[in-house]
Amino acid sequence: MSKDQQGEQFMVDLLQHLRSSMLYTDLYTAAQEEASKPSIKITELRKGVLSGLVNGGWDRKLQNAIYYYMQTHSCQPHQSDSEHHKEPLVYIRKAQQNWEKKILKSLNSMCTELNIPLAKKRLEQEQKDMLSRWTELGTDGPDLSQIRPVYAPKDFLEVVTGLQNLNYENALTSGSNFHNFWGVIQVPVKVKSIDQLRLQYSEMAVNQCQIGVDDVSDISADLFDVEQTRLSNKVLAAKHAPTAQEYAKKGCPTSARGELWCQIMGIEVTDVDILYYGQLKTSVIQHDLLVDNLLYKDVKLTATNDDHYFVFEDFLYQVVLLPFSRDTVVLKHFEHNSTTPPKSYIRGKLGVEEFAVVYPPNGVIPFHGFAMYVAPLCYVYKDVVTLYYVFRHMYMHYFYRLHSLSSHPQGIVALSSLFERLLQMSEPELFQHLVRIGCQPLKIAFKWLMRAFSGFLASDQVLLLWDRILAFDSLEILSVLCVAIFCFRKTNLMKVTTFSAAEVSVRPQYTPSSYLGRDEPLCDVDLGLLPLLDVQQAGKAMIIGRLRSHVLPSLSVYHIG
Amino acid sequence: MARVKYASDFDKSVLLNNFDARGWVQVTPDDDWNFYWAGVHNIRNIFGVETGFRMGDDQVINHFPNHVELTRKDLMVKNIKRYRKELEKDGSQLAEKDETGRFVHLDFIPLTFMLPADYNLFVEEFRKNPNTTWIMKPCGKARGIGIFLVNKLSQLKKWSRDGKGNSFVAPTAKETYVISKYIDNPLLIGGKKFDLRLYVLVTSFRPLKCYMYKLGFCRFCTVKYNASVNELDNMFVHLTNVSIQKQGEDYNAVHGGKWTVENLRLFLEGTRGKEVSDKLFDEINWLTVHSLKAVAGVISNDRHCFECYGYDIIIDDNLKPWLIEVNASPSLTSTTSSDRIMKYKLISDVINIVIPPGELPDVRWCKVPAKEHYGNFYLLYDEDLAQADLLNQEIKVRAGAGNAMVRGARDLRKPSQATWK
Repeated sequence: MSKDQQGEQFMVDLLQHLRSSMLYTDLYTAAQEEASKPSIKITELRKGVLSGLVNGGWDRKLQNAIYYYMQTHSCQPHQSDSEHHKEPLVYIRKAQQNWEKKILKSLNSMCTELNIPLAKKRLEQEQKDMLSRWTELGTDGPDLSQIRPVYAPKDFLEVVTGLQNLNYENALTSGSNFHNFWGVIQVPVKVKSIDQLRLQYSEMAVNQCQIGVDDVSDISADLFDVEQTRLSNKVLAAKHAPTAQEYAKKGCPTSARGELWCQIMGIEVTDVDILYYGQLKTSVIQHDLLVDNLLYKDVKLTATNDDHYFVFEDFLYQVVLLPFSRDTVVLKHFEHNSTTPPKSYIRGKLGVEEFAVVYPPNGVIPFHGFAMYVAPLCYVYKDVVTLYYVFRHMYMHYFYRLHSLSSHPQGIVALSSLFERLLQMSEPELFQHLVRIGCQPLKIAFKWLMRAFSGFLASDQVLLLWDRILAFDSLEILSVLCVAIFCFRKTNLMKVTTFSAAEVSVRPQYTPSSYLGRDEPLCDVDLGLLPLLDVQQAGKAMIIGRLRSHVLPSLSVYHIG
Repeated sequence: MARVKYASDFDKSVLLNNFDARGWVQVTPDDDWNFYWAGVHNIRNIFGVETGFRMGDDQVINHFPNHVELTRKDLMVKNIKRYRKELEKDGSQLAEKDETGRFVHLDFIPLTFMLPADYNLFVEEFRKNPNTTWIMKPCGKARGIGIFLVNKLSQLKKWSRDGKGNSFVAPTAKETYVISKYIDNPLLIGGKKFDLRLYVLVTSFRPLKCYMYKLGFCRFCTVKYNASVNELDNMFVHLTNVSIQKQGEDYNAVHGGKWTVENLRLFLEGTRGKEVSDKLFDEINWLTVHSLKAVAGVISNDRHCFECYGYDIIIDDNLKPWLIEVNASPSLTSTTSSDRIMKYKLISDVINIVIPPGELPDVRWCKVPAKEHYGNFYLLYDEDLAQADLLNQEIKVRAGAGNAMVRGARDLRKPSQATWK
């Protein structure tokens, strides 16, 4: 297909999409209303209706609709082969399939071992009981002592580092180790160069003010905050997605974040959405799924023990995770995700396609730490339904990439590779030192990437980071931040000689031992999970500030060329 | 550099580590110390008439002699009531009342009576609103000991029968109770009740110089809040005291049910907007300053003293803060590692403010530390500076800027740079 044809096809699809949307009917009704106004002259019908619609703000709505469509549908040619569309590289596709098999096997063996079915209908009495405890499901949850997470970041890292491109392997065995990379990622994926990132994130250059950076304590930062807050009202009033996104590049003020994010993602909760959410809740009450236990367990292991998020414990199950696992809309994202949702068969019909069902209904098997994708959002949304849809959108657009194998530039493999290459380039000495002591930097940074830093930075910092993910519509900032943290801790890291020491000294919330007493050894303190008050300063400075002063200054647009 | 000699009644690591880190030398309280972190029980002896202990210019101590005026539940209420009355008599704008007779700006403690002294007044009030729940607290106890909820007069009668052997003997502080209107509509987060523990440092009462610590925290109950009468006896629902919650089976030792005030603010700003959260925190600062002003006249303002109070505040679901009580000796025991670090910093910042940097304590010092020594404190109110500001403004007004007319009551709440504003 030629470029023109591609464009044409895209337009056809877009129009098709718009015609079948709610907006089309609304727009149609609005146009009719305009046309029936007495002020409209027959001779200027077209002009009159158009200007009427523009005055009514319909042009913005239409622009937003097209914008959201373009965000989710790339202009790429349609592949007849859906597998190819999901993941073009065969060896990655194979690896992903093997990984899925492994997950399923572990899930199945847990079922057999504990003798619990994947799903069962609750008895009427159980349903009533569940409904009455809806707001405090965390208190008397099921017995979870036997449940264990299906996999953790560590397991997935093994899979990622185990990826091999067969063509390259041949080259290796033939005696040339030309393609042996320093890092642990051994597959060649195309990642952006530092110059490209410099351009992409030009708004984050050192000479630009940012919300949430207080390492430069001058008055202009304060003024900027005030100005930015004032501006946020204007942006919100415009109801224009691209404007909101552009605005968010410098960070969202806390009080405007919720609405700005909704505008960027095009989330406007309608009655239908509320109804749909209610249905999901009903299906949670009707059926007991094994994944529910996994989700419970995960919340118990992560958010419940996190001093930023423990207050939201019940909220996490009730509002988000359980309904999410029932939401079949989530299945849509598998069209462009390398993962294939697992299938299960109704008892006795194993292998008969007609009796196959996706399990769990949304096709997502949670891993250790999954709940942390939701937790930070509890600081942003009070309304449960909005919170739900925001999470679903973020999952279907960003987070799924962080735990599936793919060659996509936003996928975890590319992000890992980007991290390694950036670190090698900006701090080759540090990289070599760490490799020499047997501490591959990615082994430390991987869990940060996989969880999008949730639980590793103070809550406000995570939100500021996610502002940038949405604003630049890219996960690459995660890799850049990982590099920034390593640069920030360089002095300490150059001194360490073991993996565990390196891991401690690079934690985003690392506390210098001088704050702890002489009689209180550092080893009993899990600093990584305990966001510590005074150290947050360091975390704060790090997130954007350090990132800017250690990595991006050299990136600053002014130094190009 | 001066070697400070310190004495301490506590062997808490957050204290000792701080003193060690500064290279201070430990001595006993009977020796010649420069800095004494004393327990409240010893304060009475030190300042007692019998001992006749005289402190030198290079000695400071962490309590005011009669801090109980602020830190005993009944005395605090008495002083605040008197303060309001005085302002009212002076016709101050601060004492403005609304049509129901409530103070507009000074209504920050729940309605409270002393028992047994105010028993009749209480009964009168109780009959007016028979469906209210009340909370009984012994005046001289802390950590939630002896507290219970009451919603029937008969419960009170029973308590008085059981408790008092002889009603003719004047009750001592230990037997006096305060009974306060229970805040039964607390702000809930995640369905759970919490209160705030804020640290306030006072270096002088006359003129008033006080600081607020930024790193306060919320203490959460482990059990869902439930205002129903059946749960009145379940203290895990109602009391946030760590010493109570720790006994509950749902207590989590990793975070100890403690959530930072910074997170509270992030949450409120995110979900309710900046304006209301700013207002809430303003009101908290406001009530703190006025609780201190209320006792400033009666506290004996010894130059050797400073004090770091633990303020307990409950926020109701209209986002109005209520002052519950003030502790003279907030716990320095650390329940979690972040707690330990926070408290270590607290003590460190306190020392930086009360002692001139790198020198021995000096009571003749002006007690105006440089901004960079504030650490995580911020200046809440400095009467000296406030007065200077006021003078400046008057001069400006006289200089002819005619439009600086009468400032409204709302304006009064914002007395310029001398405060947290």
